[in-house]
Amino acid sequence: MAQHRIVLKPRTGMTGINWRELFEYRDLFFFLVWRGIKVRYAQSALGIGWAVVQPVFSMVVYTVILGKLAKIQSDGVPYAVFSFAGLVPWTYFANALTDSSNSLIGNSNLVSKVYFPRMILPLSSVLAKLVDFGIAMLLLFALMVWYGVFPNASIVALPLLILLMMVTAAGLGMWFTAMAIQYRDVSYAMNFIVQLLMYAAPVVYPSSLIPEKYQLFYALNPMVGVIEGFRAALLGTRPMPWDFIGVGSIVALGLLVSGALYFRFKERIFADVA
Amino acid sequence: MGNAVIKVESLGKCYRLGMKEEIHDTFVGAMASWMRSPLQNFKNLQKLAAFNPGDESDDILWALRDVSFEVKQGEVLGIIGHNGAGKSTLLKILSRITDPSTGSVTVDGRVASLLEVGTGFHQDLTGRENVYMNGTILGMTKKEIDRKFDEIIDFSGVEKFIDTPIKRYSSGMKVRLAFSVAAHLEPEILVIDEVLAVGDAAFQKKCLGKMQDVATQGRTVLFVSHQLEALSNLCSRAIMLEKGTIYKTGDTEEVISTYLNKQATQSTTRLRDRTDRQGDGRIRFIDSWIENDKGDRSNIFRSGELLKIVLAYEVKEGLALSNITASIAINSIKNISVTLLRNDNTGDSFEGQIPSSGRLECIVKRLPLNVGSYSYNVSVHSLGGLEDWVPHAGSFDVEPGDFFGTGRIPDRERLILMDHNWSINTNTF
Repeated sequence: MAQHRIVLKPRTGMTGINWRELFEYRDLFFFLVWRGIKVRYAQSALGIGWAVVQPVFSMVVYTVILGKLAKIQSDGVPYAVFSFAGLVPWTYFANALTDSSNSLIGNSNLVSKVYFPRMILPLSSVLAKLVDFGIAMLLLFALMVWYGVFPNASIVALPLLILLMMVTAAGLGMWFTAMAIQYRDVSYAMNFIVQLLMYAAPVVYPSSLIPEKYQLFYALNPMVGVIEGFRAALLGTRPMPWDFIGVGSIVALGLLVSGALYFRFKERIFADVA
Repeated sequence: MGNAVIKVESLGKCYRLGMKEEIHDTFVGAMASWMRSPLQNFKNLQKLAAFNPGDESDDILWALRDVSFEVKQGEVLGIIGHNGAGKSTLLKILSRITDPSTGSVTVDGRVASLLEVGTGFHQDLTGRENVYMNGTILGMTKKEIDRKFDEIIDFSGVEKFIDTPIKRYSSGMKVRLAFSVAAHLEPEILVIDEVLAVGDAAFQKKCLGKMQDVATQGRTVLFVSHQLEALSNLCSRAIMLEKGTIYKTGDTEEVISTYLNKQATQSTTRLRDRTDRQGDGRIRFIDSWIENDKGDRSNIFRSGELLKIVLAYEVKEGLALSNITASIAINSIKNISVTLLRNDNTGDSFEGQIPSSGRLECIVKRLPLNVGSYSYNVSVHSLGGLEDWVPHAGSFDVEPGDFFGTGRIPDRERLILMDHNWSINTNTF
């Protein structure tokens, strides 16, 4: 009888994560991921092609302005493929972060009408964006073949880098979405924050431009390790930057854990402020 | 009947009312507050969900206060109450959407709650996809839905369009599909809010049947509704909430009659002093009564008699209003909407400026209602929107009368009397 007893009381203080419950709602999680993928490009002529348009056009613009006109160095590979290798993970990160930050507000009708572990919402946004990322990756490989650039053995580190980029997006996403549902300012600020953050990562320039003494500080941004890692694995422009990745991983894990705790802490008021 | 599966102990929930807007009469004042406002707004937003114990400041609203009750295994409990009595808040706590502010609830068993039909429906997904989406949101697993899918589609009657995006559905079809998913939930405890108030009559009947099945299967059900008919059919016991506390609990019929009495006494409070109203208030009703054909006030009429509903109003001082629309919505005692009397429907428009205080009079020449008790809600709109709305602004009883002018008293079972004539003709083949 008491195998499924729930006691509802005013919550105070920190709350841990209810893993069992998250597991019980795994089907909902997958349907939300799938809905995110399916609905995103519904009733658009280009459909999933939009996943390609965003990074490709950015790449073209940056190549012309920064590569050709400003002559930013690109570690010995053509600027187009250099910037694209940065834009693919960055576009994923930017979209996953924006989407997960808006996930509670965008689903406030669900939050105020039915119970489920709320954490599913930002996490499913992060996962749903992997489809766009996969398509952009295929394009990156095509571009590499075109320019005759080939990956090296350190490509085995790629799954780790992808995981790092997802963890970063999920951690920040949980922080922002839990804030945004109470303070809508956060969601208004999101777009330009993401735009500015791009310049804090080596997306359109190589990290070698950053003076040596600031490198460690620079690496606090986990996306620095991810993007430089992508270039090391795919373009061979440099050895795998394990120092960046190490620092970034610690920061990303910190963001994930603190984001999850903050989210759980704020969770009790979501339905009241939604 | 087994042991208690839901135990609610001195439950309370408070909300902070929305921030009051300051109004400034000088530009400088407005500018100063505009510059201060980000900080002030931040504080207000922060306060929205933060309460200190013992905080009794006047912008706190206790939606529920010190509510305790138990629900036994297999019981179907009805919850009634006027608007704002705390019914929805109670259901939100029981379905874990929001946390209580005080007290506790102990629930033994899986709860599924239906505070809305079609939660999570997405316009761009097909019927089939939405069944899965909605089902998992309500707590079903994919396997469970797979197993019941055919049954769900069958119940909804939209099988032909199951692979069409639901934005092409009529609203009735959407509701049917959504309810079919909900009807196939098999939780140990089901919490339902007013969802039967949707869909066409035939489908509502089907749903009520399904609900009855659920109720007889020994599942525990909590059911909130304004439809007293449905409540008395389904529930053995009921709770009446009033201003956030339990006003009465007991046998459904008893609770319903308490509710109806309360409703009747409430409407004797003068309209001017009523607080359960909505609208901008540039014009407000201050009193309402009904007069008979001799011009005397009365609350008892016979079918077929003349009756004049009078609505006394006041326009807010210093304002001039024109182009108003007034309406009187008549409901039967069991909350069935009977009819709406609206001045623009009859072409009696009030286009010019109206007197700053006066009486709107609505005459029904031959009352077509049959024996029973009726109450009416009143509302008035200006071009700017709703100005005033008061539920149960007045009530009246109807006694048997000679509606048809034939000296015969019509059958009293039916709600409505209608002018009609009969004839008989020879069949010519």
